[in-house]
Amino acid sequence: MRRRTALFHALALSALLMPLPTATAFAADKTVALTYIVEHPAIDAARKGIVDALADAGFVDGKTITLDVASAQGSMPTQTQIAKTFAGKSPDLIVAISTPSAQACQAAAKGAIPIVFSAVTDPVAAKLVKSFTQPDGTLTGTSDRQPLNLTFELIHKLTPTATKVGVLYNAGEANSVAQVADMKAAAAKFGISIVEATAAQSAAVPDAARSLVGKADVILLPTDSTVVSAVESVVKVGVDAKIPVYASDTNSVERGAMAALGFNYYKLGRLTGEIAAKVLNGAKPADIPVGTLDSEDLYLNLVSAKKMGVTLSEATTQSAAKVIAQ
Amino acid sequence: MSLIAFSGACEAGLLFALVALGVYLSFRVLDFPDLTVDGSFPLGAAVAASAIMAGIPPIVATLLGFAAGAVAGFVTAFLSVRLKIMNLLAGILTMVALFSINLRIMGKPNISLYGTDTIFSWIGTIAALGVWGNTILLLCIVVAAKSLVDWFLATHMGLALRATGANPKMAEAQAVDNGRMVMLGMALANGLVGLAGALYAESQGVADVSMGIGTIVTGLAAVIIGETIVGTGSVARATLGCILGALIYRLVIALALDGGVIGIQAQDLNLVTALVVAVAVMISKTRMKKLPTIRRTRLSEPSKAEGAAS
Repeated sequence: MRRRTALFHALALSALLMPLPTATAFAADKTVALTYIVEHPAIDAARKGIVDALADAGFVDGKTITLDVASAQGSMPTQTQIAKTFAGKSPDLIVAISTPSAQACQAAAKGAIPIVFSAVTDPVAAKLVKSFTQPDGTLTGTSDRQPLNLTFELIHKLTPTATKVGVLYNAGEANSVAQVADMKAAAAKFGISIVEATAAQSAAVPDAARSLVGKADVILLPTDSTVVSAVESVVKVGVDAKIPVYASDTNSVERGAMAALGFNYYKLGRLTGEIAAKVLNGAKPADIPVGTLDSEDLYLNLVSAKKMGVTLSEATTQSAAKVIAQ
Repeated sequence: MSLIAFSGACEAGLLFALVALGVYLSFRVLDFPDLTVDGSFPLGAAVAASAIMAGIPPIVATLLGFAAGAVAGFVTAFLSVRLKIMNLLAGILTMVALFSINLRIMGKPNISLYGTDTIFSWIGTIAALGVWGNTILLLCIVVAAKSLVDWFLATHMGLALRATGANPKMAEAQAVDNGRMVMLGMALANGLVGLAGALYAESQGVADVSMGIGTIVTGLAAVIIGETIVGTGSVARATLGCILGALIYRLVIALALDGGVIGIQAQDLNLVTALVVAVAVMISKTRMKKLPTIRRTRLSEPSKAEGAAS
């Protein structure tokens, strides 16, 4: 009897909750659904850029559009459920930040809703688009693939004796694996070889960094969320062993890396937002090429440079977009 | 909640019902706290996705996912039974190793199956079922899996397996090889989890090396919620509970995702899921106290096993 009551209560509760509509306090013209795999500095910066650029294009959250934001909190099954929830609400546009988020939305939308992705390093390998120039479907967006030639030029300029570059990354991140492959190709042109070290979780980063001591002349960090989340531990190894640490995101320089040709995720987010605005205005994703950033900001940390045994010239310091001197 | 969100929650619920059946076998029947599942779930996905990309027919690829999961479960049991490694640690070791193994199998961290033939696209060509196509196929698979588990646990060997979990000393006295039973049960449990991973990759169109995080939490939550709702009176009831528990768990998440309902926001999701499980445990505890009959039926199970094994 008691068991029946519990079952009844559970059913009654779900019946009560289910028909509740999503509260909409205002009548907006269009709805935009935005999702991302996990809270993370680069993803948060991209998200801010997207919202800002949309607002500048006249799509202001709460006024002219309804923005529906959902984080998967690191869980793939939750990400697919978010994608289904979005597909059910059939918004005018879905914005997905990160590769797995874009893939989940692509599967759920089944071509019925345009999708603009952001921060996907290799959208072709992820089967999101046919090619960078001709997406040829209902998806387009931006890629955080970096012009790595510039990075190796910088390494060559600031640390001319370096021939072995240690790269520290999580082999479980699709974006990082793509970056490291690109790095190998770019390094070869400068006569530089790549030494790899991998860390599957943040806690393994210090050991992986230490494993590069003696094997690498400088350390280069890709935009890898696992490694970037523990960048301080790499900096410590760099200072202790006098190995200059280069990063690929400007935030890491503020946290102690010596230099970065900053990949600015806020700028990438803005570019994504501009593409999203075009789609909201009626452009077809199939016709919009995948956007990439062609300029990079040099960030320098003079304190770290000194501790890592690198002397930077006045000209170099002056060419930087931002210099951290203390 | 929209129809698509509802069908999506049912789809995820049915996928995790297979995980819950596996967790029921290891955690409840064998009394083996098995953390292998966080690795065997993506293993099933990795094997099935790689096999499909290599041109192997989807049905065979799915079965390979089951087989791979079974091997993983066997390895954990082997570490525990033969090498005398504590069961919790044995599971953790296999799970950690599987991260690297899954990367090796896939050759990269993420395989997209978008636009590739899977058993779900195959069912789509047979009958136009719209948003419910995946769910209906999964329902058939889950019902078949539940029936097989129910049937197996009622066979002579299944009863011996239950005896091993309930009372190893008594089982041994009845000439049951406990070690062999643990290895068989763990292989079966993780085979089901591997199958769930394979089906997940095929229905969602992607296999990612990090997709196993939290599998054990979802599986355990489903088992516990199920026990709260339908009780543990018999195997058939308990396995039904696994399916209902998994469905309810994913429906609650879908409700939370619908947002705005009671001020829940996206970032509160993990808190919501923890609360759901806490409440389920709380209800089941109070019910256990008030209804000692459930306890008695559970304790009487080994005697049935004894009768059959002798």
